[in-house]
Amino acid sequence: MFLDLFNQFDFRSSISEVKSKTKLEVEIALSKAVNGERLEFIDYLSLISPNANFYLEEMATLSKEITQERFGKTIQLYMPMYLSNECRSSCLYCGFSFENKIPRKTLNENEIRKEAEILSKKGIQHLLILTGEDYSKTPLPYLTDSVKILKEYFSSVSIEIYPMDTTDYLQLIQAGVDGLALYQETYDRDTYRKYHLRGVKKDMDYRLNGPDRGGLAEFRKIGIGALLGLADPLGEMFFLGLHASHLLEKYWKTSFQISLPRMRPAKGDFHSVVPVSDREFARFLFAMRIYFKDIGIVLSTRESVSLRNNLIGLGITTMSAESKTEPGGYSESGELEQFETEDKRSLIDVMRFIREKGYYPVLKDFDNAIV
Amino acid sequence: MAELIEANQDYLEMGGRKFHSRLFIGTGKFSSSVEMRDAISSSETEIVTVALRRVNLENTEDDILSSIDRSKILLLPNTSGARSAIEAVRLAKLARSLGAGDWVKLEVVPDPVYLLPDPIESLKAAIELVKDGFKVMPYVNADPILCRHLEEAGCVCVMPLGSPIGSNLGIKNRANIEMIIAQSKIPVVVDAGLGEPSHAAEAMEMGADAVLVNTAIAIAKNPARIAEAFKLATIAGRLSYLHRGRRIQGNLSIKANASSPLTGFLNEEDRVS
Repeated sequence: MFLDLFNQFDFRSSISEVKSKTKLEVEIALSKAVNGERLEFIDYLSLISPNANFYLEEMATLSKEITQERFGKTIQLYMPMYLSNECRSSCLYCGFSFENKIPRKTLNENEIRKEAEILSKKGIQHLLILTGEDYSKTPLPYLTDSVKILKEYFSSVSIEIYPMDTTDYLQLIQAGVDGLALYQETYDRDTYRKYHLRGVKKDMDYRLNGPDRGGLAEFRKIGIGALLGLADPLGEMFFLGLHASHLLEKYWKTSFQISLPRMRPAKGDFHSVVPVSDREFARFLFAMRIYFKDIGIVLSTRESVSLRNNLIGLGITTMSAESKTEPGGYSESGELEQFETEDKRSLIDVMRFIREKGYYPVLKDFDNAIV
Repeated sequence: MAELIEANQDYLEMGGRKFHSRLFIGTGKFSSSVEMRDAISSSETEIVTVALRRVNLENTEDDILSSIDRSKILLLPNTSGARSAIEAVRLAKLARSLGAGDWVKLEVVPDPVYLLPDPIESLKAAIELVKDGFKVMPYVNADPILCRHLEEAGCVCVMPLGSPIGSNLGIKNRANIEMIIAQSKIPVVVDAGLGEPSHAAEAMEMGADAVLVNTAIAIAKNPARIAEAFKLATIAGRLSYLHRGRRIQGNLSIKANASSPLTGFLNEEDRVS
């Protein structure tokens, strides 16, 4: 399990290690990539290091080539559906946090169908369902029932919910789920403790091993990520890379995705402590692509229209569009959102832009009815 | 020869045993047992495979057995001749009952023309032999998925072929062998098709843990000298893999555009979210 590997490293030393990478070491890593040789983990560290900023254009070029070779000129699209904003955890940066005095809502079957009809009419076939972390208001039977309903409308349903045991994951897979997203938020123990005050989410170790438990359940797709803005991003990228390497090695039948969500304004007046610039963000993304050639990279509507437009083709494989981050947000708009999105374009507009860039927007890529 | 000494401190660990030599030798096709003995000796190998169907383990006067110092060299029985999992398992058990120990090189070859191993029967036999306590070293086509399954089954190594056995063509499936080396947590031994010492060096330079050579040595004009050449090539490849300096090569001039066509949108002044 990842926890064993995780505990062998120290967050602060990992930052110094990344910072120590020289321009020569960045060139060596890039040279290996250009020559099609296998990169080592230390090469990945060179590519995320500040000195890699001097080679951003080269990294973009490589990232573009590798992405085209492995994924073709396509962008996979998905839309999120928030089933609930009930939450027993208290995370200082999150709009759904237990302490926030906001109206709480969990969609019932009719409301789920209403949302599903609106979304499926748009043509999207890949759905990501989300909840807060309330094991009693949105328990496993509620989730399996919801998935079965949603499978009437969508070919692929993924989940981004509270971490579970392998046996529970197996029941969700049985109900029709094929993908799991579980982001660590931060890999720094001190920061984690500081921002996660109560609920199951307080248990960092349980969350760290969550993707392993998903791997054991044999999800087809597992997404991991760090929420950039809480702790030093160099440390986060070190551990995210370590986590991805571990999972790729261990669960070879699963395809993996990474996501680098940056902090967005949310209810609770929380602001990024360690802001990550666009250049840094792009560097991390290119480094991921050059090192993990076949990993999916997700870019959500947290990011701006111009950044999203410009990054198409340079490494990302998957985008959300027209996202509403509140339960029932597609059929009625309220003020329950988890965070404010930046790119508010419609799915159609995003698809049009992807086509204009010479890429194909993919609305359906998988259907577990066929397997 | 400091490097050679250093190479000898770099050992291969497999099935709970350490081996200094990363060159395994096969014993078929030699013109005489004298030539074979000399070749084994000058190769400094520590693993010698032998086809059970050819030897008489009970007879200490047997040509092959008397050529091998079993205190220094692991005599590795192979299941050559087996065409199915059932036959391979039977052969392995027979070898063990005759005192050959738990090690077995698993070969299941139903095809008499190209002598290619059967992936399905090999996996079946491997699963059964591992359960029975054997240290299984399967000879397989360079199939990364098959190697995953064999690793999960508990084999002590995988032995993908470089090209068809006896062909001396060298490494013809490089891409697949690279994948196997990259993914494998057990030793990868490139077996079959290595016709020249340079082929052995190439395999080792790619990161293989060891190589197995038979035909190229057995049919050489001077098997002992060629065995020595393979020994040196194996060490050279290993040293290169471990210590090669990373020179910057290739076309890094994808760079140095004054304008930045792909990243121009990332302003020098960082947007901060």
